[in-house]
Amino acid sequence: MTTVIPVGFVPLIDAAPLIVAVEMGFDRAEGLTLDLRRANAWSALRDMVSFGQVTAAQMLSPMPVATALGLGGAGAPLAAVAVLSTNGEVVCVSMAMQQRLHAQGYDFDFDDAHAAGRALIAAADGPLRIAVPFPFSMHAELLYHWMTALGLPAPANLDIRTVPPSLMAAALASGEIDACCVGEPWGSMAVEQGVGALLLPGSAIWAGAPEKVLGVRADLAERDLEPVQALIRALWRAGQWLGDPQSRTTACAMLSGRGYLDVPSEVIDRALSGHLTITSRGDTRVVPQFVDFGRYTPQAEHAAWIAGRLAARLGLNRDTAQRAAIATYRTDLHRRAVQTIPGYVPQPIPHDRSFDGQEFSTAPLD
Amino acid sequence: MQRRLKITIVESDPARAALIEESLLRAGPYDLNIVSDMTRLTAAIKSINPDIVLIDLDNPSRDALEELTLATAPLDRPVALFVDQSDANLTRIAIEAGVSAYVVDGLRADRLKPIIDAAVARFDMFRQMRTELAATKRALEERKVIDRAKGILMKAKGIDEEAAYALLRRAAMDQGRKVIDVAEALVSTAGLLS
Repeated sequence: MTTVIPVGFVPLIDAAPLIVAVEMGFDRAEGLTLDLRRANAWSALRDMVSFGQVTAAQMLSPMPVATALGLGGAGAPLAAVAVLSTNGEVVCVSMAMQQRLHAQGYDFDFDDAHAAGRALIAAADGPLRIAVPFPFSMHAELLYHWMTALGLPAPANLDIRTVPPSLMAAALASGEIDACCVGEPWGSMAVEQGVGALLLPGSAIWAGAPEKVLGVRADLAERDLEPVQALIRALWRAGQWLGDPQSRTTACAMLSGRGYLDVPSEVIDRALSGHLTITSRGDTRVVPQFVDFGRYTPQAEHAAWIAGRLAARLGLNRDTAQRAAIATYRTDLHRRAVQTIPGYVPQPIPHDRSFDGQEFSTAPLD
Repeated sequence: MQRRLKITIVESDPARAALIEESLLRAGPYDLNIVSDMTRLTAAIKSINPDIVLIDLDNPSRDALEELTLATAPLDRPVALFVDQSDANLTRIAIEAGVSAYVVDGLRADRLKPIIDAAVARFDMFRQMRTELAATKRALEERKVIDRAKGILMKAKGIDEEAAYALLRRAAMDQGRKVIDVAEALVSTAGLLS
């Protein structure tokens, strides 16, 4: 007998741990059957978790924090019980912007965030218009951090707006936006469709930024421990399996399935291998750590950093916001679950810095 | 007399939009308008300035609407996902039916109930239709693939249709796979050889 758990996901490469857990049977090994439900909107996943249509869901790392701060949604408080993926975003520019950058002599090294950012700012024709998939997303936070660190004031000269990934290509083509920051495979699909070029991986702005988390209702995390813990263990196994380079071809085939991402496995392979095709002419660049499924433990510092940034932008009290945010990243519950895995060794927590040397930190809190 | 509530329906399919409109008008006198162009969604809603926005729960453009939950200018009217505190079930029922309602600050729950009820009834119907359509489409697609696989076998082995289907079924049983999976593999491989 297994417990059936409905879990929501959005078709992106970082849904990989959920898809792999089902396809490889890591769920059944933990006495669970994951019933994966594909959604088209992040707000839909948040509400489905809040109102109990699904037990857990893939979420953008700032979503549980935003909910705790009363930003968007109206349902139950959420908790992040695992980090499903780290990085895996790309900044993609329109063809018009690519030409302007070329004309300036920019060489698209796909690595140096200083150079790429300065070139982008110099090429801007009025306020820089950049689309993100959701207002509360690491995409938005990375862009705000990157652009303001290089001296571009927001919101005066930086217009970050929400465009659903399925409409990004059209927005790039129509000239409504200059660039977008999205999760793969949407950037590569824009390159395939000839409407964009890749400028920078998210990891060049902040290597180690938590991208997606596993979100559950906060009261469920307290009340119904066993299935949630089994889910955390099953997804840890999936992340470990994904970390083995020999799994890659199989993983790409699984993700490309019609019920999952429904895009060619060759396009998915670009992100999983870090060999990205950045222009429709076929120029390629290699990113050693493009996306990481192994940094699985939620970290209070990350929640506090996200809350600090949201609070500063929206005029909320910083300390209150950070305290509320830290409570949503359930490192305690996560540790209890993974510690029971035979042979589990906690990963040392790396000290990641952004491209301009900032650290994720809880600063004024102890 | 209370002011008529202004309701915006976000829906790109005109037939669906008309059905929602019709059932809302039966529920009461409302000012209704429909936004069907998703690329200008937030701008359109800001200029219409409605009291309520109704949108399919899983419409990707909902994520853009979430921006409106933040009041960025002093005169902005922030919206929130409707949750009735006195009757928590209403929101749950709406979400199960697949409709989300964004409501301006301060709108009373009793004015909303007939609207949500009417929308829920419609969206429930849409959901059933969608499930049926998806199942029919899938069955049709599978039949097409199986028919092509049968055709390939009939031609290659000079057998009749019944024998070709029996062959497919036996292969599926031997490999522990579904007939459609075997048929799909055969069709795509045959595509390479031709």
